[in-house]
Amino acid sequence: MVNGVKATVQEFEHDLSRWLVRAKGITKSFGEGHTKIPVLKGVDLDVARGEVLLLVGPSGSGKTTLLSVIAGILEADEGELMILGENIKAFSQSAKTLFRRDHLGFVFQQYHLLPTLTASENAAVPLLIRGMPKRDAMAHAEEVLRSVGMGERLASLPNRLSGGEQQRVAIARALAGDPQLLLCDEPTASLDAETGHRVVEQLRAIGKRPDRAVIIVTHDSRIFEFGDRIVHMDDGLVHQIQDGSEQVSG
Amino acid sequence: MSFVALKMLFGDRAKYLMLLAGLTFSTMLIVQQGSIFWGLMTWSMSGISNVNAPVWVTDPNINQVEEIKPLADTAVTRVRSVPGVEWAVPLYKGVQRARLRDGNFEQIALVGIDPSTLIGRPYTVLDGRIEELRAPETVAVDELTVERLGGPNKIHVGSTFEINDHRVRIVAIVQAQKSFQNIPFVYTTYERALRITPQERRKLSYVLVGPQPGISAEALAGRIQKETGLGAYSGDQFGWKTMQWVLKNTGIGVNFGTTVFLGFIVGMAIAGQTFYLFTVENLQQFGALKAIGASTGMLARMILLQSFTVGLIGYGIGIGLATLFGLTAGRGGVLPFKETWPLLLGVFVALMMICSLSSVISIRKLAKLEPAVVFRG
Repeated sequence: MVNGVKATVQEFEHDLSRWLVRAKGITKSFGEGHTKIPVLKGVDLDVARGEVLLLVGPSGSGKTTLLSVIAGILEADEGELMILGENIKAFSQSAKTLFRRDHLGFVFQQYHLLPTLTASENAAVPLLIRGMPKRDAMAHAEEVLRSVGMGERLASLPNRLSGGEQQRVAIARALAGDPQLLLCDEPTASLDAETGHRVVEQLRAIGKRPDRAVIIVTHDSRIFEFGDRIVHMDDGLVHQIQDGSEQVSG
Repeated sequence: MSFVALKMLFGDRAKYLMLLAGLTFSTMLIVQQGSIFWGLMTWSMSGISNVNAPVWVTDPNINQVEEIKPLADTAVTRVRSVPGVEWAVPLYKGVQRARLRDGNFEQIALVGIDPSTLIGRPYTVLDGRIEELRAPETVAVDELTVERLGGPNKIHVGSTFEINDHRVRIVAIVQAQKSFQNIPFVYTTYERALRITPQERRKLSYVLVGPQPGISAEALAGRIQKETGLGAYSGDQFGWKTMQWVLKNTGIGVNFGTTVFLGFIVGMAIAGQTFYLFTVENLQQFGALKAIGASTGMLARMILLQSFTVGLIGYGIGIGLATLFGLTAGRGGVLPFKETWPLLLGVFVALMMICSLSSVISIRKLAKLEPAVVFRG
């Protein structure tokens, strides 16, 4: 009996050391009664440390909903969800907000940069949210912006930047807080092929760092080659998981 | 995040200026109307504030200071006999006609004060010596008298004019608060006032009373009222009584109150609507901040900071403009304009209420905002 418990604990610790995200039987519906629409119908998904995982599938397949659930932005109706070894389903809303603040990074399709803030100020926002003094936050944000090749555009407002540059600022913003899990929603949808490639290369470099992982929701088959695994979703379920090297097309 | 909140506010210039204009206008309107209202109230109480006596004794049925119901001359001695009275002096007050050398007439408020103590005299003497009122046929006049009777070239210390066919000589120019009726004040001694005014059975307008040390004006007024049956009020009580009468009988309170209320509503509407638009248009950005880890409380503090910042700037500019208006339009006391600190404090509180209420609408919107909105393209 004691040996059995010990084995389970060891297995769990082994799981924690390997997986950054563990999702089992995740369901999520919107609406009530007759208008209830199931979007996730029991999704199982694990994301390993150092992995770049692509979530692909047709519109309405539940990719973005799954991303929102993993981010703790939406609450799963059923299922288990462990992020960084924490059962975030048990967290209160404010605890989830703090968890996102301290451990997660986000890159959005529409960038969502604050239009009146410069590139470096935008990148500093997550640090300012954490309460870091402005001077320190700005210095760190500028360092991260330089690392994504935006060193020349530190003082530019978003409307003075190209789409690719804005996305790189958004990536810098996501990285400024040194998150362990980076969640990206269609990061290349608004970018041309060359810029998109460059952006995903940067995301991949981040995901390959130890104790980090990147989940990218995408329709863009041009970037499939960058994923370690490609998870195909359809009708609220994981339909197929392929190795990135297999180069699946759309 | 204060820095981010302020950059969001000042960066959206059009909305910032609209907010600022709304709150500035609101402040200016409330301060300007409030100051004119209080100026009018001050004018209505000028008959009391110019004399500045601790206790006023008059007819028990009097409603306000300008409504004079003369007393018997014996009232002064009756009042002096009340325990706690330090001194009691007579005061005459009545509207008379002054005639200039060129034959023009002007209405004046003649005030007759006790010659030995000069109690009831104005405090500020601009020219001459008010003590010379003790000399025969002399008066002291206020600035409005100088203006109305022909200006400083004609009316000055040493010049003469007639009151009810009695020639009087000016010995002092004094500063007095204007009256509600805007009639100039002319000061002389009590006995001379009785002599140059038409014959009446009773001419004693008021008895001015000072309490002995340790007795409050209110307590003494109560005692006089009880022991003599006369009406007796402290200066403050009489001032409020007069003001209440004016408010009740002139509609001034309703008129100014309506304008101030409208100023509040206009400020509220503009600020609330603009702030709401500002929030709605930045909903995706706020959603992104929420997703990144900003709590609703933090976003609420950002909104409040934005609101109070623009409110404070609007308050400063609004007060500046209202003061400028008061200094220009109210120059020379033509317009009753009294900008007092309680009024400014009240406007500040009102403006902060406007800012808080308009923020609440935006904060409610943000509280309901799901950060998932940022994943919807």
